[in-house]
Amino acid sequence: MAVTASRIASAPALDVDRVRSDFPILERTVNGRPLVYLDSAASSQRPLTVLRAVERYETHCHANVHRGVHALSQAATEAYEGARDRVRRFINAQSTREIIFVRGTTEGVNLVAQSYARPRFGPGDEILITGLEHHANIVPWQMVRDQTGCTLKVAPINRRGEVEIDRFLAMLSPRTRLVAIAHVSNALGTVLPVKRMAEAAHAHGAVVLVDGAQAIPHSAVDVRALGCDFYAFSGHKLYGPTGIGVLYGREDLLGAMPPWQGGGDMILTVSFEKSTYNELPWKFEAGTPNISGAVGLAAAMDYMESLGLEAIAAHEQRLLEHATRELERIPGLEIIGTAHHKTAVLSFTMAGVHPHDLGTILDAEGVAVRTGHHCAMPVMTFFEIPATARASFGCYNTEADVASLVAALGKAREVFS
Amino acid sequence: MELKELYRDVILDHNRRPRNFGRIEPCETCAEGHNPLCGDRLTVYVRMKDDRIEDIRFEGKGCAISTASASLMTEAVKGQDKATVNALYGRIHSLLTQQDAVPDASLGKLAALSGVREFPARVKCASLCWHTLNAALERGEATVSTE
Repeated sequence: MAVTASRIASAPALDVDRVRSDFPILERTVNGRPLVYLDSAASSQRPLTVLRAVERYETHCHANVHRGVHALSQAATEAYEGARDRVRRFINAQSTREIIFVRGTTEGVNLVAQSYARPRFGPGDEILITGLEHHANIVPWQMVRDQTGCTLKVAPINRRGEVEIDRFLAMLSPRTRLVAIAHVSNALGTVLPVKRMAEAAHAHGAVVLVDGAQAIPHSAVDVRALGCDFYAFSGHKLYGPTGIGVLYGREDLLGAMPPWQGGGDMILTVSFEKSTYNELPWKFEAGTPNISGAVGLAAAMDYMESLGLEAIAAHEQRLLEHATRELERIPGLEIIGTAHHKTAVLSFTMAGVHPHDLGTILDAEGVAVRTGHHCAMPVMTFFEIPATARASFGCYNTEADVASLVAALGKAREVFS
Repeated sequence: MELKELYRDVILDHNRRPRNFGRIEPCETCAEGHNPLCGDRLTVYVRMKDDRIEDIRFEGKGCAISTASASLMTEAVKGQDKATVNALYGRIHSLLTQQDAVPDASLGKLAALSGVREFPARVKCASLCWHTLNAALERGEATVSTE
């Protein structure tokens, strides 16, 4: 995950002008200014190939999946199951039985919480998370804690926004049943040493869930190399549609888990006395799924691979270094989250200007950033700030975008001088 | 959408030097307001004499709009009776949310908030203090949230 200087130097260059021309929304203006989109960590934009794949599916292939013998139902089933295999290859899972389509990362985490943890855990068992988690990787475990009487522990972070690994390791014990960690922090950009953490957790017999929402748009993810048991992510963070995401789970674990939701598609037979459940992965996909979303997600993965995952990572890493240098020169600006290994996320505060005011002033200049607590209130509490402004970069961002951000921050300083 | 319509001089001045900032101790009537979306938090302290606000103060952390709005509010309602404050609350609500609302002279400096309605994401910042004051007057002590 960490991109070293040598990899930056050797990675193929991204033709950013061409990349930008793939994203129609980047041509629009906002408040009379060209759009400078620096909010990809909240949701990335979609390239034409994704939009066209969804349109082609809707105009030529749509019907319900796994149901009919007619041509369209077969075409839809092929498109949907084809997308599943596309996802499998993208994250190097062993089998499509390990790829569950869900609404997004949040639903993936909740599925594991309710179907894996809830039936198994009780008083004396421990779930271990970290201090930089998104609410989606906190609240589902609090619910399990309240439902089962197990304990929820939190490994602390340091002032750079890194997990204190020694403390994390010391908190592992035979009581630890599950470790749930972000691959990358959404609020701080910190990349966690997931492989090392997973190895340590496994040594104590715990299973490991990784919230990959912020990692998967930025570099290649290989779930087998990482050694995680569950990996959840959302389509809309990696240039795909909203409302579609993936839960990867090791087949032996998923196979032993009861279904989470009941309904059509997840059964083999139903009578009023008893129903038998479908095989993996459909056991966990009750009801008609988001077929066009899966098609769009597969197209997004094709798109990322056509650019080259190393090229994307190297481009974003260069931008992060450039933007960090530029922002550090602004008086009164403090970057929150200064981890050694980061993705292209810059959270910051500016003395005398509240993040909410920054957001409005930047928007008036056409610059879209996120402001607020970023669904990571405990992170804000740790740094003793109510909120930050966050600029996050994707494959289509440029040094010119950074210059627009710096100019807009100057404007904010002017308004509040 | 003009930034200077939002950040008028009066707003910037009250953000820089909020009036009636602090607490009343012991607190007879107070309420806490919270806007979870942006993290704004403020507490409004009120001392009543009969039906009239004899003294009012506020403290908290928030953006320029929420701080200035609270500061302007305390100036406007100090010495007023509940009926007057309620009427003002209604007029401010219209001013912040209705496109065609024209600030009348009785609003005084509060008219500076009329630019907020062009920025829908910021209306809650300006109204938080008023909801909080309302809660303090109605219920004595409470926490209100904009969400």
